Amino acid sequence: MTGGARILRRAAAAAATLALLPKGAQAHLVETGLGPVYDGAAHFALSPEDYVPIVGLALLAGLRGKDQARLAVLLMPLAWVIGGVLGSLPDAPALAAPSWTAFLIVGGLVTTDLRLPIAVTGALIVALAIVLGYANGLAMAASGQGARAVIGSTAAIFVLVTLVAALAAGPTVAWIRIAWRVVGSWTAAVGVLLLGWSLR
Amino acid sequence: VKSNATRLVLALALATAPSVAQAHAQVAEATGLLTGFLHPLTGLDHIIAMVAVGLWGAQLGAPAIWMLPVTFPMVMAFGAFLGLVGVPVPYVEIGIALSGVLLGAAVMTESRPPLVIAAAVVALFAICHGHAHGVELPAGTSGLTYSIGFVVATGLLHACGIGIGTIHRWSYGRLALRALGGLIGMGGLFFLSQAFA
Repeated sequence: MTGGARILRRAAAAAATLALLPKGAQAHLVETGLGPVYDGAAHFALSPEDYVPIVGLALLAGLRGKDQARLAVLLMPLAWVIGGVLGSLPDAPALAAPSWTAFLIVGGLVTTDLRLPIAVTGALIVALAIVLGYANGLAMAASGQGARAVIGSTAAIFVLVTLVAALAAGPTVAWIRIAWRVVGSWTAAVGVLLLGWSLR
Repeated sequence: VKSNATRLVLALALATAPSVAQAHAQVAEATGLLTGFLHPLTGLDHIIAMVAVGLWGAQLGAPAIWMLPVTFPMVMAFGAFLGLVGVPVPYVEIGIALSGVLLGAAVMTESRPPLVIAAAVVALFAICHGHAHGVELPAGTSGLTYSIGFVVATGLLHACGIGIGTIHRWSYGRLALRALGGLIGMGGLFFLSQAFA
């Protein structure tokens, strides 16, 4: 074996050893390879703590009719993007908003099919969407993707809310309305379980 | 040849390099959606009771047909909550077995108590089932996807019961449902004997 080949072999062995060293997993976002906008949308689509309450809010508004459904389509992305941009700002303070609160509130309201006035529904949408968007923005900022990823998640929310609110607000037979309420009860049940997990 | 072998070793080493893990939205999630989904499906005593709730709801008709399946997951989650935080519920296994016996008997006899009584019976058993699940849930810092799978599986078992219960509209279907209730009751008796064994 020549000296060059020996060096090459040692280098290969060293490289193999280094390559097999485990890297520390960092809680970064989903990487689609298509850029931060798509990464933001994909992250939202893979984060049930984000999209379940959003779907619940869209159902809540849709169950109250077309006016509240239209309000949700307008307010939800707007509030989300405000929260997301605030959360992605440098030095934005961490948020201690446990997931179970949103699940319990939204799930409970959908289950009971409470006839909320449009102002109350709007206020609830703004409050929850800002909080959820802020938490999402913090995650985006931590990954270094920032506001562009917030745009992607906002677009995903707009599509999701439009579809769900339209489905719930449209003319439906009685059992579909009941099915939405069952979805609400499942959401609230998950919230109760998450509360238990958090206290365990 | 040696040079090719070296390149092969290098390529293999690079190929086995741990890429940075993706989709970490749920950091340290307990065991995931699938495990949570399968958890209620792994015990026959749970399955027969969940299906019986749906069957009974279908027999009782509106509003019980939707009120019972809506009530059950929420109360069951409360039972699981008690289990998770360590609050003991006595005679849970007996309660689970009794749920099979009594719900099966209710389906077999087409029992029609007032809705409040039916909901209370279902809620009582839901706490037993939920508590048993709660103490068995694996430890983890985030149980979100596990909880979703767990609740959805339970709800779908009710939906199965309701779906089967739609045969109630036909006379032979009513008979078949009652027979199914009898089978569930017998299953409950078996589990009751196991609980006392």
